[in-house]
Amino acid sequence: MIAPPGGTDWRRLHPLTPLVRFGRLILAVALITVPYLESSRSPRGKFELFYPVLVWAALIGLGTIGAIVSWAVTRWRIEGADLRIESGFIRRQSVRIPLSRIQAVDIVAPLIARVLGLAEVRVVSAGRGGEHGRLAYLTAQEAPAVRARLLALAHGLSAETPEPPAVPLLHVDNGRLIAGLSMRAHVLVPLAVMVVAIVSAVIAPGPGVAALGSVLTIVVGAGVALVRAFNEDFDFSINEAGDGLRLDRGLLQRRHETIPFGRIQAVRLMQPLLWRPFGWWRLEVDVARQHAPRDGSDQGGGQQARTLVPVAPRAHVLWVLARVFPDAGIAPPAGAEPPARALLKAPLSYHYLAAWYGNRYVYARTGRVQQATVVVPLAKIQSLRLRQGPVQRWLRLATLDVDTAGRRWGASARCRDEAEAQRMLWELTERARLARHAPAPSATAAAVAPA
Amino acid sequence: MLAVVLSPLLGAAIATALLAPSLYALLIPAVVVLSALIWSVERGRYRSWGYAEREDDLIVHRGLLFRRTSVVPYGRMQFIDVTAGPVDRVFGLATVQLHTAAAATDARIPGLLRRDAEQLRDRLASVGEARATGL
Repeated sequence: MIAPPGGTDWRRLHPLTPLVRFGRLILAVALITVPYLESSRSPRGKFELFYPVLVWAALIGLGTIGAIVSWAVTRWRIEGADLRIESGFIRRQSVRIPLSRIQAVDIVAPLIARVLGLAEVRVVSAGRGGEHGRLAYLTAQEAPAVRARLLALAHGLSAETPEPPAVPLLHVDNGRLIAGLSMRAHVLVPLAVMVVAIVSAVIAPGPGVAALGSVLTIVVGAGVALVRAFNEDFDFSINEAGDGLRLDRGLLQRRHETIPFGRIQAVRLMQPLLWRPFGWWRLEVDVARQHAPRDGSDQGGGQQARTLVPVAPRAHVLWVLARVFPDAGIAPPAGAEPPARALLKAPLSYHYLAAWYGNRYVYARTGRVQQATVVVPLAKIQSLRLRQGPVQRWLRLATLDVDTAGRRWGASARCRDEAEAQRMLWELTERARLARHAPAPSATAAAVAPA
Repeated sequence: MLAVVLSPLLGAAIATALLAPSLYALLIPAVVVLSALIWSVERGRYRSWGYAEREDDLIVHRGLLFRRTSVVPYGRMQFIDVTAGPVDRVFGLATVQLHTAAAATDARIPGLLRRDAEQLRDRLASVGEARATGL
């Protein structure tokens, strides 16, 4: 059969796929059964072992057959302007993803897959309820080639276009990563609680020891969260390619992600309290529609914030920020702070409260313990809201909210002077309108076709 | 809104009048004062609602105690809802709600006449389509 231009014939996933997909399950079953078999051994000998072993073997056998059938009926191809994935034996499923709507193509390699030299290609597409395709698993050599082909077609280039060369921007030091991650509140607070619990156990042994048990679970939970965060962001490197940023990270499970420049809705620069003496910062991006909600309950379309720089000195973070949002200045100009009477309304966050805007971005800074600055490009503003509660009216203050398609954080200019907030509202409305109609500022941003 | 708030109050008053006539005399002024109060607050809230269709965006203003002004560019609208609850339907009213890609956008115009609401929706939809921009 003749493949259409830019297309391929039907292809299967790698034959070792069932092993990776169900290997974990089989491993778990084995872990449960072996001790069970051990304990069920009776003085009469091996005979009693026969039936349990038979049952477990049958279950594993069925699982394996199921996995192999599932692999055998799955096939995929690039068909004209679509990526098609067919799967399912009893309930046949055919997914068709328009290449023009592809937002990003990620490569994910869990531990077992890495050992076997396999990787998964994850296609993320735009639109409400957009289809998301998973090609799990391909060989580790094939996966980048498939990604390059999909991205090239998505950008309207020829299928044979090689992946644009990536320039390394930043590599995060693992020592600093573990230090930075452990100096955050959700790790330190449980530790402090544990210290208090131990001290109280020494002073009053009776109830103190009882409390220690429950505290221990919190500490273990915090430890697990820390290890997981470290595992995810280990060996973090950021590369810049023509169409966006490439993130490589992970200890056990390696991820290679793309963040197209045109999809970034907002950026947040933050600094937890204890990072202040070291001058470390963290950079996160809010991207429109990156991940499909697992349970489908997500009404907003599944936007998620991604870590762009887990922890780095200020200069490095600003360097990456400049690549993402050129000419974005983080230092607030004079007059960015709200009037002094705002202290009455927002006593806790007043210290760092500031908001300002330029020709291309809006900035909003908040926080007392954890300082955070949100940067939103004017062209990405969805709507503007001016709010004023009774206390604010009494103080002649008002809050201006800037809504973006990301859901995590919009820039919010809190407690500005009433008249100034009004002026900001109209000024930002006008500037956002101009920014929307202006052509894309650079060739890199224009490389991504709009959805 | 007013009718919804007042009807249980009136019902309670009538019930009290039937069950305990001595309380009746006390209750009547209370209901009158309360309904006057609610009337004035609701009238204020009603008057605070306002919207303006500008060349490039829609402005919705609302609120008495907590005031809000929303500006939604036509190009950002993703879809428009026209809803009418049971009470709305009795009076032939409808609510128009605008949605953008941002979950936080709350541009809602309640209490429009059914026909006006549908016309507004169609008008907004056509300008929105003409000016639609990607994310």
